[in-house]
Amino acid sequence: MSGFSSSSVDRRDIVALEGVTKRFPGIVANDSVDLSIRPGEVHVLLGENGAGKSTLIGMLSGLQQPDEGRILVDGKPTPITSPRHALALGIGTVFQHMMLVPTLTVAENLLLGGPWWRRPRTGELAARVAEITSTLGITVKLHAKVSELSLGEQQQVEILRAMVRNSRLLILDESTSMLTPKGIDELGALMRRLVEQGLAIVFITHKLKEAAAFGDRISVLKLGRKVGEIPPERFRALGEQEIVSEIVELMFGKQKDDPEAVERPVRTARAGTAPLLQVADLTVAATDNAPGLSSISFDIRPGEILGIAGIDGNGQKQLAEALAGQRTATSGSVRLDGAAIETLSVGERRRRGLRYLTDDRLGEGTVGTFPVSINFFLKQVGAAPFWRNGVEQRAEIDKRAAQLVREYDVRTPSLKTPVARLSGGNIQKVLLARELAEGAKVVIFNKPTYGLDLANTLASRQRIRDTAARGLAVLLISTDLEELLGMCDRIAVIANGALVGTVENADDARTKVGRLMIGLAA
Amino acid sequence: MSIDTAPTVGATALDATSGATTRRDILHRLLMTLGPILIALVIAGCILLAVGVDPLAYYGFVLEKGLFSPLGIQQTLTRMAPLLFLAAGLIVAFRAGMWNLGGDGQFLLGAVTAAASAPVFVQIMPAWLALVCSFLIAMVVAMIWSLVPALLRAYQGVNEIITTLMMTFLGTSLANVLVKLAFRDPNTTVPQTRTLPVEDRLPRLFETTITSGLLLGLAAIVIVHLVMTRTAFGLKLRIVGANPRAAIHSGLGVPGLTVAVFAISAGLAGLAGAVDIIGVQGNVRADWNPAYGLAVIPAVFLARMNGFAAIGFVFLLSVLSIGGESAARRLGVPNHFTLVLVSIVLIVLALAEYFDHRYNQSRRA
Ligand SMILES: Nc1ncnc2c1ncn2[C@@H]1O[C@H](COP(=O)(O)OP(=O)(O)OP(=O)(O)O)[C@@H](O)[C@H]1O
Ligand SMILES: [Mg+2]
Repeated sequence: MSGFSSSSVDRRDIVALEGVTKRFPGIVANDSVDLSIRPGEVHVLLGENGAGKSTLIGMLSGLQQPDEGRILVDGKPTPITSPRHALALGIGTVFQHMMLVPTLTVAENLLLGGPWWRRPRTGELAARVAEITSTLGITVKLHAKVSELSLGEQQQVEILRAMVRNSRLLILDESTSMLTPKGIDELGALMRRLVEQGLAIVFITHKLKEAAAFGDRISVLKLGRKVGEIPPERFRALGEQEIVSEIVELMFGKQKDDPEAVERPVRTARAGTAPLLQVADLTVAATDNAPGLSSISFDIRPGEILGIAGIDGNGQKQLAEALAGQRTATSGSVRLDGAAIETLSVGERRRRGLRYLTDDRLGEGTVGTFPVSINFFLKQVGAAPFWRNGVEQRAEIDKRAAQLVREYDVRTPSLKTPVARLSGGNIQKVLLARELAEGAKVVIFNKPTYGLDLANTLASRQRIRDTAARGLAVLLISTDLEELLGMCDRIAVIANGALVGTVENADDARTKVGRLMIGLAA
Repeated sequence: MSIDTAPTVGATALDATSGATTRRDILHRLLMTLGPILIALVIAGCILLAVGVDPLAYYGFVLEKGLFSPLGIQQTLTRMAPLLFLAAGLIVAFRAGMWNLGGDGQFLLGAVTAAASAPVFVQIMPAWLALVCSFLIAMVVAMIWSLVPALLRAYQGVNEIITTLMMTFLGTSLANVLVKLAFRDPNTTVPQTRTLPVEDRLPRLFETTITSGLLLGLAAIVIVHLVMTRTAFGLKLRIVGANPRAAIHSGLGVPGLTVAVFAISAGLAGLAGAVDIIGVQGNVRADWNPAYGLAVIPAVFLARMNGFAAIGFVFLLSVLSIGGESAARRLGVPNHFTLVLVSIVLIVLALAEYFDHRYNQSRRA
């Protein structure tokens, strides 16, 4: 610790956990975890899906109470009894799943939680927001209703909300999962500036490169237990590559070189075959705060993966929803296997083999209070063999659900557990299992690996490649350029609701896509 | 996290422990329900004291009349018949996340159509068929009455709380008008419909005065419970209720389901009216409105929309209302004191829920 001097003024932890244990029915989510959080440090928390990261910060932000152990704030044992209390202590949190009120505007959400007797200070807020957004390099539509924003935009609002409150400790739970590479770099730079001002930051991510690039100290959780820590002095002594391999060893116990590096897919271009999905001039009207779609056209052949790159909130959600039938298109045609489907209902399109994996797993992807088992079959309610003559076949459902749980490595205490109780990554696995199961012809993936840990990300990407290899057409929407480059045959770039260009995924694809994304011609 | 290595084995291994926890849960639930009811009885007792009535005497009369006297218990069980139908209808609506508060209007329209049609039908067809036809007509009329709020909610997103409440006012007035102008019995001086002869009404159970409508009501609520918990249709409704966006995402026809929910809920309310007329009353007097629909709502809430629990609470409500009527007469307490009692129970229950939650939070701290 002697090597650590940049914030030597205050050597004490602002917040420390001592032997904190948290149990849930059937599971020990945190097992006597010690953690010290210091001003001037970005403390990165790593661990597999379900390792207990969100639970840990749930206790720091007053959502939950530890069963054993204690939390010290400024050296004094302090039970954090409520989210309001946490805010009063200067702990601001951006949760993994959005916590904004969808029917209120962004400004109203930012003002929530002020004293009830005082009029909301709108003017003050606008000035403060302008100041923060300009340093952060983002734009936030203060008067847009939250329900109109994409999840990526909502995430930015959440970050903003934590910062408007002048927190001393800022906790970010997978806040980069929806940002583009550029946005992630900007957030990294911002975190650096903030810790230089004396803030403490806890940063949760599944991307090891981010951990190595932005962190000062790393703690690794595994099965609820803290299995390792890289303190700042060691951190600085190591190069990025060494840090990544050390983390991989801590997390997975085996050495890999750059685990995310994947060879470019073998081109399976089947030029002769007819396209499985044909979209022509698809147009959706814009609303005040969300872009529409202007005349989108593309084809996908069997076995092909078409990527959609772009900053979140540029019409990706609208595109996916219009294809799935959840949003009415004003004009244009969508053909699946040659047959027009643009007038069909959501259910009918699904029956014809169109699958849509939403990125909003709790908002629309699952029914949080329903058991895991039922959530696997949410889109097949009434279908044999799980229902016969309309009557639920418990045994069939449980049998198939158990199979899917095993196949997709969903970590859940039981099939009856309400799905919202699972960790973020494990909910994502439920969705993946549901959409990839039999009968699909065309699959739309909207950020399929968001929230998955490294091992599961790799497994899911492989599954998607296998899906395509079986002769399905895949539309892959992602903000993660590496993911697109590693998987797609072609990559289209979306901006403001229009496809601004499509490039073959060849060696120079990265630069071409990058140019398209900043508005230059490829 | 011991299950992490074998996630699926966990599913079976944990069932044993979860059995124990659910038993504890049930005990907890029972305590959390009965405790507040007792507290509410004490509070209501204090109010009675304050207005100069001996609470023990009041509760004594309630129990004696509503539960322990042979005649009283028969009346109580008879009263349950329409209440059970209403509760069944509310369970469907509430589980699907739709607040059908128009039960009274639907009930009265069902009652009036049954009262108007049954005496005519029994003259032209066999009695059993006549009763079946009256039931069906009552059901269909109530269903049609629910169409306005249903369509508004399904296609325009208009809040059904407001529309069903408005329709219930219109419905009660319409029922009244129908009795006075259309179906009035010319042979009586008070405005009322023609009376269904006692021998044509629903048979009584064994040697008692209990109506066999009770069995119909029990069947209705049990069927509703099973449909909601065990069938694909029920699951679809519950998805719509628990997360409407997930319902759309899953490809369910939400507008169609919405209309179906209103139709079923209102249809059951209409049947409730029919069962009360054809089983017990025999006719509808003008200005008759027992307001069962609103009274049943708390019982359904207390039962947490569980059909079997609802049977228990409906029974309690019947005891209270039959016993309360008699106790009120004897002690000079307003008849509506039962409503006061029920509302106190609800308030105490909500408070108990809140403190239980707070306690759970702080016990960990
Ligand atoms: N409220 C809860 N009730 C029951 N179990 C819970 C609850 N919250 C979390 N768990 C369980 O605790 C474990 C840890 O979950 P947690 O959300 O902390 O994981 P995580 O590390 O954040 O994972 P991810 O990377 O997937 O978000 C999981 O197995 C989860 O199922
Ligand atoms: Mg998490």
